[in-house]
Amino acid sequence: MKMVSKLSLLAAMLVAFPLAAQEVEMADSMRADGKINVLVAIILVVLAGLIGYIVLLDRKARRLEKKLEEKN
Amino acid sequence: MKRNWWKILSVVLLVYTVLAGLLWDVPRLSILNETIRALYFHVPMWFTMVLLFVISGVYSALHLGRWGSAAKTDLFAVSFAHTGVAFGLLGIFSGMIWANYTWGSPWHGDPKQIGSAVSLLIYLAYFVLRASVDNDEQRARLSAAYNIFAFVAMVPLIFIIPRMTSSMHPGNGGNPGFNMYDLDSTMRPVFYPAVIGWMLLGVWITSLRIRLRQIENKLEEYEDGF
Repeated sequence: MKMVSKLSLLAAMLVAFPLAAQEVEMADSMRADGKINVLVAIILVVLAGLIGYIVLLDRKARRLEKKLEEKN
Repeated sequence: MKRNWWKILSVVLLVYTVLAGLLWDVPRLSILNETIRALYFHVPMWFTMVLLFVISGVYSALHLGRWGSAAKTDLFAVSFAHTGVAFGLLGIFSGMIWANYTWGSPWHGDPKQIGSAVSLLIYLAYFVLRASVDNDEQRARLSAAYNIFAFVAMVPLIFIIPRMTSSMHPGNGGNPGFNMYDLDSTMRPVFYPAVIGWMLLGVWITSLRIRLRQIENKLEEYEDGF
């Protein structure tokens, strides 16, 4: 009997937990509208720009290193 | 290209972080709400800073132990400390934005906030010390010794004191650790790659600083030679 009540308590907790969690306000409608993709796109563009800049710096450093090697 | 695989990995992981970090499900928690996603961007700044400071401290120790070229270990130590401070500042400012929404104000006097600000000031003093010594060898040795003290001071300021007092940061002062965030560990598959991606980016930027300084030094050698 005790085992059954423990199990039912566990089951009740498992069922109740997601229900309680659903009440927390999240940006669900923003996701449903697909507007989140705008945000993702903007952040990716910024990230791509910054990384592209670092890549250019990397190549510039490589060019200068080669130039110095040729001098030697 | 073969030697640069880790740079490509860094870019891949960072793009993944943005995509998964903004689009995947996260635990629904009150107060935090969607800001829980800041975990993927704010916390890796600190992890990266600590990694860069560790590497910097190791090179300072190597310098004091006269291991390898003295000029090289000094250059590596100062470059890693420099990028480390940059990541630390990003961590502070991103944390202030997050705190404004979850704690109510940007600066709470939280022990971890104060500890990280103080340790950043300690590291800034490292650069002041370097700028104030003219002799190259003296500057390298003094700053290497100071750098080890700075690292030793950072460990209790960021990792120990906040855990002993009542910090609002998770994992400190009786607060639950990461378990509070990833109840069902939905966040781990994004958080750990994010940390690695940001760390590799930090090392990449530092390597650029080092290479440009080495080019500069070589050019100065040529100028002295003629």
